[in-house]
Amino acid sequence: MTRRLLWAAAGALSIVGLSLSAQSVPEIRYDAAADALSLPSYGEVAGVATNSRGHVFVYARTGHAAATLGDERTFYHGGSRLFEFDQTGKFVKEIGQGVYAINFAQQVRVDPQDNIWIVDAGSNQIVKFDSDGRYLMVLGRKPENIPLRAGPGVSATVADAEFLSKNAAPQAGRGGGEGGGGRGRGTPGAGINGDGFNRPSDVTWDRAGNVYVADGFGSNNRIAKFTKDGDFVKTWGHTGSGAGEFNQIRGLVSDAAGNLYAADAGNKRIQVFDGEGTLKSEIRNIGTPQALCITGGSTQYLFSSNSNTSESMDNGEIYKLQTSGQVVGKFGRAGRLAKEFGMTNALDCRTDTNLWVGEVWNWRAQKVTLMK
Amino acid sequence: MLRRFIAVHVVLVPLIFALPAYSQNVAGPAKAKATSPEIPFDSVPNFFKMPAGLYMGEGTGIATNSKGHVFVFTRSGETRLFEFDQTGAFVKEFGVGSYGFAFAHAVRVDKDDNVWAVDEGTNVIQKFSPDGKLLMILGKRPDPLEQLAQTPGGGQYSGANRPYTFHRQTDIGWDPQGNIFVSDGYGDSRVVKFDKNGRFIKAVGTRGNGPLQFSTPHAIAVDAKGLVYVADRGNSRIVVLDNDLNQKAVYDTVGAPWAVCISQGAHQYLYTSNSFPTGNNFDQAPITGEVYKMELDGTVLGHFGKAGHAFKEFSSIHQMDCRNPDELYVAEITAWRAQKLILRPQAGRQTSAR
Repeated sequence: MTRRLLWAAAGALSIVGLSLSAQSVPEIRYDAAADALSLPSYGEVAGVATNSRGHVFVYARTGHAAATLGDERTFYHGGSRLFEFDQTGKFVKEIGQGVYAINFAQQVRVDPQDNIWIVDAGSNQIVKFDSDGRYLMVLGRKPENIPLRAGPGVSATVADAEFLSKNAAPQAGRGGGEGGGGRGRGTPGAGINGDGFNRPSDVTWDRAGNVYVADGFGSNNRIAKFTKDGDFVKTWGHTGSGAGEFNQIRGLVSDAAGNLYAADAGNKRIQVFDGEGTLKSEIRNIGTPQALCITGGSTQYLFSSNSNTSESMDNGEIYKLQTSGQVVGKFGRAGRLAKEFGMTNALDCRTDTNLWVGEVWNWRAQKVTLMK
Repeated sequence: MLRRFIAVHVVLVPLIFALPAYSQNVAGPAKAKATSPEIPFDSVPNFFKMPAGLYMGEGTGIATNSKGHVFVFTRSGETRLFEFDQTGAFVKEFGVGSYGFAFAHAVRVDKDDNVWAVDEGTNVIQKFSPDGKLLMILGKRPDPLEQLAQTPGGGQYSGANRPYTFHRQTDIGWDPQGNIFVSDGYGDSRVVKFDKNGRFIKAVGTRGNGPLQFSTPHAIAVDAKGLVYVADRGNSRIVVLDNDLNQKAVYDTVGAPWAVCISQGAHQYLYTSNSFPTGNNFDQAPITGEVYKMELDGTVLGHFGKAGHAFKEFSSIHQMDCRNPDELYVAEITAWRAQKLILRPQAGRQTSAR
């Protein structure tokens, strides 16, 4: 009886606590155009970004990753497409058809010179295209294949499946694996000799053009820094929950002063670093940060999505923050309808009133306008 | 005589129980075949006109809208969704190159003429507007690279029972309020209910042959009162659930239901196809291939059709549309075709009265 009362009291307290914290974040009124873009073929919108002319780039998981069976290996290609739309939402063109790295779309970003960068978590590569879609640079190396133990004529067993689920993903992340010929001689990956990205999630730049890669939501859990020419500079972070450690970096942006904001999703925080990897602060109480964007202008704002998982319609709201970490307000919730957000994976915000939200669940990019 | 009867039974009974699902059909025709009248019918020759260079594959899904347009969901080189008008002329293709098309299973049209494509290769259900615009997604396609790495052993029963992802789901239906019911499927054995906005309400069912258990729930239909009819294929029965997914009744005299549909109008009928086993070759016609017409309460009114590859025969009907109870469309998985059927139940009644 006493215990039951205690539980009831604890429940009441936690409800009060929740509603207080919810009330303390103002709701931002907003509109959303769910059909602002019409994709040439339908698929999960992993990345959305605008350039300085208002063109919109969408990196989507559409079509199918195709597997080619070798004698004991499976080679794979395709499965995603990069589309460009003009400022009115009209489809302009496709970029990178058949490109080796285009596999499992993760993110697209546009740099200050209007170059287009795609981040692909299937090929573990970052590719830089110029504004006309010609390609300029590639970081990381695609794993040559997915090894399959069950060869032709060998009946697959549960043990095989277990082996593969334990071994295939890390192996695929190791810049080529056995027989790859890429160890230590290919384009630099995350920095350690012969190592590559493992499920990279995002890319950003400082004013000098240095490149920072969030690497990522596989096993690496680090940030890699390169010069503007793609030469490796340094890497920091590893798996963990302590200061400067990561558990799935899902987003990475940089402000005008060169500070980096890393969405450390598994630790429910954004960690702020300078360009040398020195931890400056951390931001909490914004749920599980996944997609990030940062505005231009003299006062910059940060937006961070507390995206729902594939098994719930909880959360889904997007926070507006000052770069100090102070929460300004929030908007939206998880769902399948227009103006709701389903597994937000990308945010673009050149200003703090006009945003693009890319959704994995709802296969669309919504154009969002925030009211003042 | 009696001794011989017992001896035969002693041998046969264990065999029958050793092969559930399979045995009922192999052992003989569905019970209702002998006790219900045959309904005369015709098939409309060459109803569907394919444009040059376009081919049908396995006919897995078929549905009509309120204007009589027909939607065919087929496994060709790629899985594709075609629209034909009421004369069978080709109109357009839906969702070309979509991430949600890999292995067609069923297509249904809701009361607002939206077209829902159920794809069991991607675990995704796509809702299209009548003009082909994507309106809503249910489910989530597993990230393809993870899937590729786990290919061996994939697709087995998992019983994972997750709220927002399916495992080779098979069909979809709606009640008058717009709530969504999904039969799910090969990898799970359950029925999932969502509200009209796609928000999860509840799921029932595990694998088995007891109450609220299913063995490959292969199709689903909802009547005007909101009752849910589940084609429990592997258990050779139709399970009727109320709107909150409590079990109400079982109909087990009509063979292994691959496809079920419910007609519209004040008096609704339930149709079910006994399409077991796959192939439906002519030599199996005595035991499989026929379609039953039923009252919603399970009373069998009649049957028609038989297994075979010829015109007016059925090669494993995989989905049926019966918006009009006397004008059915059937898609056949092993004949790579769809047929338009005209039923003449009145003629049948006169015949049997004579």
